[in-house]
This record gives sequence, C-alpha cells and structure tokens, in this order.
Amino acid sequence: MLTTQFLLLGAVLFCIGVYGVLARKNAVMVLMSIELILNSVNINLLAFSVRHGSVDGNTFALYVIAIAAAEVGVGLAMVLLIYRNRRTIALDDLSEMKG
Amino acid sequence: MLAHEMTSEVVASTGWFLEHAWLIPVIPAIAFVLIIFFGKKMPMKGSELGVLSMLSSLVFSGGAAWQWIQRVNSVVDGAHEAVVEGAHHAAPYVQPVIHEWTWWQSGGFHFGIGHHIDGLALTLLVVVAFISSLVQIYSLEYLRGDRRYTHFFAALTLFSAGMLCMVLAPNMVQLILGWEIMGLCSFMLIGHWWEEEANSRAALKAFFTVRVGDMGLLIGTAILFFSANNWTQKNLGVSGFNISGLSAWAMSGEASQSALTWGAVALFIACIGKSGQFPLHTWLPDAMAGPTPVSSLLHSSTMVVAGVFLVARLYPIFWEGMKIGDTNINFIVLIGGITIVIAALLAFVQHDIKKVLAYSTVSQLGYMMMGLGAGAWLPAVFHIFTHAFFKACLFLSAGSVSHSGSHHSFDMKKDMGGLAKKMPITATTWIISTLALAGVFPLAGFFSKDEIIDNVGYGGYNAFMIVGLTGAFLTAAYMTRATYLTFFGEARGAAAGIHHDAHDAHDAHAAVDTHNSHDTHVVDSHDAHADHGPHESPKLITVPLMILAALALTAGLSNATPFGESWERFKKYVEPGSEYVMVGSETADEHGAADEHGAEVVEIAAASMSVASEEKVTKEGCAVVAPEAGMVCYFPTVSHAPFKWSKAALSLIIVALGLVSSWLFCVQYYTRRNKRLVGLTERNKVLRGGYTFLWNKYYLDELYEKVIVRSIAHPIAKAAYWVNQNILDGIVNGAGKVSRRLAGWVYRNIDQRVVDGAVNGSGAAARGTGGALRPVQSGKVNQYGALLFSAAAIGALILVIINT
Repeated sequence: MLTTQFLLLGAVLFCIGVYGVLARKNAVMVLMSIELILNSVNINLLAFSVRHGSVDGNTFALYVIAIAAAEVGVGLAMVLLIYRNRRTIALDDLSEMKG
Repeated sequence: MLAHEMTSEVVASTGWFLEHAWLIPVIPAIAFVLIIFFGKKMPMKGSELGVLSMLSSLVFSGGAAWQWIQRVNSVVDGAHEAVVEGAHHAAPYVQPVIHEWTWWQSGGFHFGIGHHIDGLALTLLVVVAFISSLVQIYSLEYLRGDRRYTHFFAALTLFSAGMLCMVLAPNMVQLILGWEIMGLCSFMLIGHWWEEEANSRAALKAFFTVRVGDMGLLIGTAILFFSANNWTQKNLGVSGFNISGLSAWAMSGEASQSALTWGAVALFIACIGKSGQFPLHTWLPDAMAGPTPVSSLLHSSTMVVAGVFLVARLYPIFWEGMKIGDTNINFIVLIGGITIVIAALLAFVQHDIKKVLAYSTVSQLGYMMMGLGAGAWLPAVFHIFTHAFFKACLFLSAGSVSHSGSHHSFDMKKDMGGLAKKMPITATTWIISTLALAGVFPLAGFFSKDEIIDNVGYGGYNAFMIVGLTGAFLTAAYMTRATYLTFFGEARGAAAGIHHDAHDAHDAHAAVDTHNSHDTHVVDSHDAHADHGPHESPKLITVPLMILAALALTAGLSNATPFGESWERFKKYVEPGSEYVMVGSETADEHGAADEHGAEVVEIAAASMSVASEEKVTKEGCAVVAPEAGMVCYFPTVSHAPFKWSKAALSLIIVALGLVSSWLFCVQYYTRRNKRLVGLTERNKVLRGGYTFLWNKYYLDELYEKVIVRSIAHPIAKAAYWVNQNILDGIVNGAGKVSRRLAGWVYRNIDQRVVDGAVNGSGAAARGTGGALRPVQSGKVNQYGALLFSAAAIGALILVIINT
C-alpha cells in the first residue's frame, strides 16, 4: 500500500533526525535534526489519516507544524545568545550543568 | 341568606402605611447606625438624625393609625348594615395586618420577622414615636455640651427602635428581640454618666433585676411553643411562636390547661421584672440615675410598659391561663394590687423629686396590671396611652426644674420650693399633669383610671376595687406633697440662689455638675445661674412640656365613657372583636370572596346569640364557648362596666380628699412648722417604725443584696475558692509535674533517637543517591538526547511486545 511507503519514509527521516541529534556538535544542526524528527511524525500522522479516511491526522499535523515553528524560533534565539557570549555554538563546550 | 349578602361587603380596607409598617422601627435602627459611625462629624453631632428618624417614625405610625381607622370603619359598617335585623352581635374581629418574612429556617422549624398591626400595636406605636420625638427634642437642650452627646442620641434612638420592634412583633422571637434591645439600651442610658459609681451600679441593678424576669420570658415562650406548635401548624399553618396563632390556640379549648397556666405565670414573671411590679420594682427608682430625658422615656411610654404590653398582647393566654373570667383573685391582679399600694406609700418618704415620680410610675403600672388581671383590658391599654403623656410631662418638668431652677439638684427638701413664680410654664405643666395623674375629672387620668377601678369592681374583683380607690387617694396625696415642696412654700437651697458645692453623697445626680463643667458651654450657663438664680427654661424644653400638658388635658376625651358610645373611640378601634373567625377567611377576605365561610360565621354567632339572655351577652361567645372546628377566636369576650356618675363621684371625692388633706398637711408641716406635726415620727413609736420601714424601702434591697445574693453568691464564691485552691491547683500542679517528666523521657528516647535518627538518616540517604546519580548529569546535550531516545526506544519495544 501507498501508506506503507509513507510510513517507511517517516521511519527513515526519524532515524536520520535521531542520528543528527546525537552525533552533531553544532547546535544549529541539532535543531535542524529535531525539525526532521517532527516532520517524520507529520508524515506518519498524514499517512494514518489517509488510511483511516479521517481529517484528525491532518489537524494534528497542523498543530505540530505550528509548534515546530515556535520551537525553532526559541531554539535559534538561544543559540544566538550562546554565540554572543561564548563565540561558539559547539555543544561539547556547554557543559556547565555537569553534576 | 342575609348573611350571605352582607359578608361580601365586609372587605377590610388596607393602605400603604399599614402594609409598610415594618419601616417604623427600621428607620430609627438605620439612624442609630448612622449616628454611631458619622454622628460626631455632623453639624449637630448626630442629634438631628435621631430627631428626624423619630419624627418620620411618628409620621409613618400616624399614617398607619389613620388607615387602621378606615379599615375598622369599613369592617364595622359593613357588619353593622348586615345585622340590622339581627339582635346583638359580637364585635366584629378586624383582621390585623400581618406580614412575615422568613428569618430563620431549619428543617420544619422556622420563624419570621415582620409586623402585626392592630389597634393595640398602633396605640403603642403612635405613643412611643410621639414621646420619643418630644424627648429627643427636649434632650437637644437638656444635654447640650454633654461629653457623650452623640452616644446618648444613638442609644436613645436604638432604644426607641427596640420598643417599636417589640410592639409590632408578629411572633415571640421578634418580641424577645425588641425586649432585649431595650434591656441593653436601658443599661447604656441609665449608666450614661458611668464615671459616678452610683450610676453604673444603678445601671447594673436595672439590667440584672430585669434579667431575673427575662428568664421567665424565655421559659414561657418555650413552654408555649412546644405545647402550641402542633395545634397552630395543623389549624393555622403557622409556628408556635406566632402571636395570633398562640392567641387562637389559647382560646380553642384544646390547649392543655397546665401549659397555659405555667406559660402565663412564666411570662408574667418577665412582666414583673420589666414593668417594675412588686417584688422586682426596686430597679426602677434607682434607674433615675440616668439623665432626666431617659427617665422620662423609659418610665412613661416605653421600657416599663413593655411588660403591660406583653400581657395585653397575649391576653388570651393570660385570660385562659389565669382563669381571669371566672375567679375573683389571681396572680396578676394580686401583684398589681400590691404594687399600687406599696409603691404609693414609698412615694411619701422620698426627698428626690424623680424618685417620687418613679414610685408613682410603679404604682400606675400596678393599676394597668390590676386592670388586665381583672379583665379590664381596654381601660388598662387606655391607661398606658394617657399615662404616657402626663408622666412624660411630669418627668420632663422635673428635668426642667433641675436644669434651670435648682442648679441640677433633684432634692425637693434642700434645693426647691417657691419655684412657681420663677418658672411659671414649668409649674403650670407640672400641675396640669399632676391633676391628670390624680384623676381629676376632665383630665386624661380620670377617664382611664376611673374606668380601671370601675371595671375591676364590675368584673367581680371587689377587694381590688377598694385597693384601687386607696391607690387613688394616695396618688393624689403624694403628688400634692411633691408639688408643694417643689413649687410652693419658701425657696430653699439652690432655688433661693444659695449654692452649696458639696452635694450629699447619696445624691447621684450631682454628678451632672461635675461632668458637665468640663465643657465650656455648660460653664456659661452655670454662670448664668450664679447671676440671677432660678429662671424659666428655654423654648426647646418648654415647648415639649406644653404639648404634653395639652395632651394630659385632652387625651382622655379619646375614650370618654361618661359621654356615651360615640366617644368611646378606643373601644371601637383598639379593642379586638371577640367574634368567631373562620380559619383562612383572612386570605379570602382580601379577595372579597368570603361569602360561604362568612355566612357560616354569622350563623353560628346568631345561634349562640339566641341562647344568650339579653343583657349578659358578654357571657356568650369567645372565651365562654369554645369555637367549633374550623373556627378560631382571637380575643376573649371582655365585659365593660356601664358608666355611672355615682361611682365616678365616689372616686372623685376620694381624690379631692387626698388633694386637700395633703395640701393642708403640707402647709402645716413644711411652712408653718406646726409643733404637733413636726417631729411626730421621732415621738411616736408606731409612726417611727413605719417611717423607718418605708425609708428603707421595705428592706427589699437588703433582702436581695444581703440575704439572697449573699446566701447564694457567697457560699458559691467560697466553694469556688476552695475548689480553686485545692482541687484545681492540685490538678494543675500535678499535671505540670507529670508532663515535665514525660517531656524529659520523650526528649531522651523519642526525640533524640527516633526523630533525629530519621532526619539524619534521610539526609544521608539523599546524599548517597545524589552521589550515585552524579555521572548521569554530564552536562552534554547529546548524551541527554541519547538517553531520551534510548528510553523511548525501550518504551516502544515494550509496547510492541505487550501488544503482540
């Protein structure tokens, strides 16, 4: 079925996103990976929406897009401030929270 | 069928003032709050609020009285037209205007607050509002510059509100509310100058003595409620607190006689306390410690007639409970008779002009009680009405004398005498009121007091008629003595312009001087005294006096029995009719659809009439034959003595004898200093004994304070002290020791080991786990992400495994 392919695409995107989040040191790249994860979820939602023939999934996807936009806004602002203070956005150097 | 036509016409009219009578006490109550909060900032220090509120209450009660007269006319005329052909007919019962709102409710038990307006309530409302207004106007001058001027007006206004609230109470609970407000305010007003110890003692005495009686009110109300509640709920749909419900229950013939008797006795004990009847009258003369306007208000129209009002209001209960119609001696008439004589005798030995008036009030209240006890309801209520005017006038005249004539002294023997020339207006009003009080023919007191004496005899209480006549003689005599000492003879003390700084220690009223002299205003007027001695009082004092004196002259004409039926307005408008009333006809009446029921009423009334012998109609109807099912009575059939000039002449002669003999005695004794009379009490053993006995007020105060209070309070105090020292202290000390030991053990074992161990242990545990979990918090975002996703992956795996 067509939906299976959509789900597969979603799974691949998710994995790429997770890899990006775990492996990247650049904070902007991490944020972009999170976007990938969110969009893979969106694809999943739409796939199931098509399969069950309802619009619930579409609605949820819209919400997720809005939230993702907000999240990126906040995240980029934080990255910008971190860069101003530290002159770097490498996540390895930001370990003040070490217990 | 005749009846069928006529009852449809008997639709009681009503009006705005009757429907809104609850405003009458509410206005002064609101004024009280305003005076308390804003009075001191007002231009006249709050007194204007008091006067205005009383005047508006007066207007409202006047309006209500006018509309009540219309209402009675509409009913009576309707009934009259209908029974033109029938013979006698019981006086029609005019439904009172009752409105009740639920005040308190719990389960099936509730009572309301509202108003119950009938002739009796309106008489009292008008009198109270009228006297209160005049007294407040008088106080503007009399208390000018007093240090608690604002509070005085606040208390006076609240006091009137309490009385008005009591008078129009539709149930016992509201009646008690008003009754207690008055008790509290009388305490505040009598103790107005509380810096003087005698005054605060008098206030306490008044409060506690009345309180002894108040127990009776609560007990009586409880007895009646529990015995009447079932009946009233079933038959009338009202609670056992409802006054008209209680009346109907008492007259129904189904009430238990012992409940009625004990309820009536308990309520009458409350009246003994409040209305200063023997043996609880002792507070009333001492209450003269308050400012004169207070004495005037409390002892003419409000506080002390509250007890009389209670008896008049719940008359069916007393009528049935005491068997007033059938006996020739009962509790009420006995107490009333004793009170008349003992109080009148005490008035002879007083030096203080206000105390003479106080005992006179007690004695007159005795008349009212005796009248009520003997079935003379109407004359007793009428005596409340007339007595209010002339007694208020007498008190205010006495105040005027002390204000302007005797330099704030009330001692007739030391500081008065010969004031008639100096204070002509005060003297005239005093003398008019004195004659009215004594019962001289055309004046107010004659019409009410003579009627009481006459009706007491007519009701079969012959012994008490003689008591009443004796009282009339004594009243005339002691009032003449007071008049002579104050206004005639030679001037003495302050009245002659002599100032003696040290007043007698027992003279509590001298306190007025010491308090007021702090205020510059009064100091001025004192200088004026010093300049030209006694003089007439200012207008604010004399105008109320003149108004009251005019009423003392004419008020009696409102129920002038000697002049025939058309003059008996009180009988027509105030006395409730004694006919049988159909249950529920009240509401039907208002819609003008009472035909069927009304017809029944009249048929039954007519049936009972045919049995009646022509002249003794009074022996039929309510109180004689119990009402049939579905019918209720609200008032017993009371008899009215036909007026005879021969009987009136007897009492007039007795009064004249009292006046003349007392006058002659006074001239001989006080002015001529007749050798045979002066010092008689020292020479003659019997007279000396009598004088000492009276001077000590029958030793009642000693009995109460030294015997009763000491025999009860002292052993209690001693026992309490012993218990305190030996038992309570022992317990307290023992408990202290035990608890100290226990505390030591607890500290060593529980606190140190268990509690501290737990606290320290939890701290250590937290530190250990913290250390163990430290590596997890690396501060690296990627690691956190890895943890998050691996946890999510594990969660997903578990979900998959579970679901498959």
